[in-house]
Amino acid sequence: MFRKIAISAVSALCLFTAAPVAAQEGGQIEDVAFSFEGPFGSYDKQQLQRGLQVYTEVCSACHGLNFVPIRTLSDEGGPQLPEDQVRAYASAFTVTDKDTGEDRPGLPVDMFPANTGVGAPDLSLMAKARAGFHGPYGLGFNQIFKGMGGPEYIAAILSGYTGETKEEAGSTFYENQTFPSGWIRMPPPLADGQVTFADGAPNDVKSMSKDVSAFLMWTAEPKLNARKDTGFKAVLFLIILSSLLYLTNKRLWSGIKGKKLH
Amino acid sequence: MAGIPHDHYEPKPGFQTWLHTRLPIVSMAYDTLMIPTPKNLNWMWIWGIVLAFCLGLQIITGVVLAMNYTPQVDLAFRSVEHIMRNVNGGYMIRYIHANGASLFFFAVYMHIFRGLYYGSYKAPREVTWIIGMLIYLTMMATGFMGYVLPWGQMSFWGATVITGLFGAIPGVGPTVQEWLLGGPAVDNATLNRFFSLHYLLPFVIAALVALHIWAFHNTGNNNPTGVEVRRTSKEEAAKDTVPFWPYYVIKDLFALAVVLAIFFAVVSFMPNFLGDPVNYVQANPLVTPAHIVPEWYFLPFYAILRAFTADVWVVQLAQFVTFGIVDAKFFGVVAMFGAIAVMAMVPWLDTSSVRSGKYRPKFKAWFWLLVIDFIVLMWVGAQVPNELNSWISLLASTYWFAYFLVILPLLGVLEKPLPQPATIEEDFKSHYANPAE
Repeated sequence: MFRKIAISAVSALCLFTAAPVAAQEGGQIEDVAFSFEGPFGSYDKQQLQRGLQVYTEVCSACHGLNFVPIRTLSDEGGPQLPEDQVRAYASAFTVTDKDTGEDRPGLPVDMFPANTGVGAPDLSLMAKARAGFHGPYGLGFNQIFKGMGGPEYIAAILSGYTGETKEEAGSTFYENQTFPSGWIRMPPPLADGQVTFADGAPNDVKSMSKDVSAFLMWTAEPKLNARKDTGFKAVLFLIILSSLLYLTNKRLWSGIKGKKLH
Repeated sequence: MAGIPHDHYEPKPGFQTWLHTRLPIVSMAYDTLMIPTPKNLNWMWIWGIVLAFCLGLQIITGVVLAMNYTPQVDLAFRSVEHIMRNVNGGYMIRYIHANGASLFFFAVYMHIFRGLYYGSYKAPREVTWIIGMLIYLTMMATGFMGYVLPWGQMSFWGATVITGLFGAIPGVGPTVQEWLLGGPAVDNATLNRFFSLHYLLPFVIAALVALHIWAFHNTGNNNPTGVEVRRTSKEEAAKDTVPFWPYYVIKDLFALAVVLAIFFAVVSFMPNFLGDPVNYVQANPLVTPAHIVPEWYFLPFYAILRAFTADVWVVQLAQFVTFGIVDAKFFGVVAMFGAIAVMAMVPWLDTSSVRSGKYRPKFKAWFWLLVIDFIVLMWVGAQVPNELNSWISLLASTYWFAYFLVILPLLGVLEKPLPQPATIEEDFKSHYANPAE
């Protein structure tokens, strides 16, 4: 009986994922082995710094990160820029002060500016707002084993252009194998060698896509390292606690319950 | 407290007697904790404690979240991000609360299906069952309104779809819907009242839980054999039972620790697995998501809601007979609530004189088909409707109703049950050796 229920429970668990099918119509999304995946994964500081650079030099022209405080760039488990660099980074923005109503250079306590000029979506949470993996058959196994696939989706979009364009209703659309409808309004943002990294890391489109996707995962989930750390301790504690309770329970019931007969 | 005979609390002279004559609270706590409990309960009897823990967990994390959350359409989404980024430990509290809802519903489904298998709903436990169903309904309302609070796309559109169900009621529907929403559409007024009710309802649940526990402490627990504890004397009762403390407290705590280990692994390593990514996009009344899906725990009933489309003959018949007052949309709403109503009526629909499914060979097969049916409904509720899926959901929905309305009443007559043990003690002795030997 209990085993049967356990089996049904596990199968039910696997059905939990309500897969939005729209994204399934897009092309195959490649699974990237990001450093932050798995129970023990954590962000790669260097990669986040490179991603920040790609965002700053390329994406920020059209996209904002309005939910992210600039000061968090120096936080533990993030790109960990030195504080003077964060101050310098913030001062490059012009911010309208909430209290005085006047423009002033940005400070670390400010948010990254919103940028909605050309209708580009805010990227703060994009890596959690998209799922790259689904199924199979709506069962959700892929999301258990590969992760939700948000960063993979972003990387695949950035490197999924075919070079074809079309004009429709006065707008130019670019063919993209990953985008659900196959045609996206965003022009191909990256070209090989466009950004030069201080650490000399490869700067082809694929590598830059991965770096900026990792950075956007951090903007969406800045406490990932701390969460996994806490979780590891919690699970370890609970395993020890349940082992002790198991023994206590066995001892306690030994006066009531003898050996199982059959 | 009535029920199984056992030793009661005897206040010692002095303060204990002084308090006992004024407020017998210690006596009540003692009787509750020391209640004689059948000694043959299996591992499916642990979910009650898991559920009680979930309620406490959700209330405590919820109260802390409410300290940092702002129920206003322009600020709600941002205040959740504030919790995730700036509040100390906020990311953990919010993920525990969000996934805690899933654990809560997982446990309640295990608990309900345990009751269905072992006939826990049968006389004299009908009131316990009905209160349990009320708890489940209140949980659904609470879960639904809680999901609206982060004000993401699925929050907004889920609220639009679900409140739209009330709009389908013939005649008064649109008025009821507007009254629920506080306006013509989901907006700030809706968010405010949902926040208020989401804070209120857990305490209603807590009160119902107290009644639920009171009710079954009066009748005594059911047990896997379905055979009642002997009540003729304290000595005989003691042969069938053990006191709840320490035997079941320790057993339940062990089970709870195991469940929580899995729960914290999900919270810490895959906190967004059970959620819809679209809810990380701020609510936008002008953009409808491609595929509106409720959270997993609503999917079976959502599937029943969607199963009865206008091309199903039952729906067409209902429409014809009522001169078009009952249309497909309203039929679906009635079916969805009806699916829960038939489950609530099960004490009077099951005609068998045997309580536990263990001794009902035919019942067993139909019961497991119901479990599969529930899982299929959960799966199909998340799928995009197409011809095959429509058939699956219609068949699965039909089976749900058939189980309660046709199969259970008939089985009581047609089935020849296996012999039941005379007492719990006899059954226990046939399974376990005497520990003294």
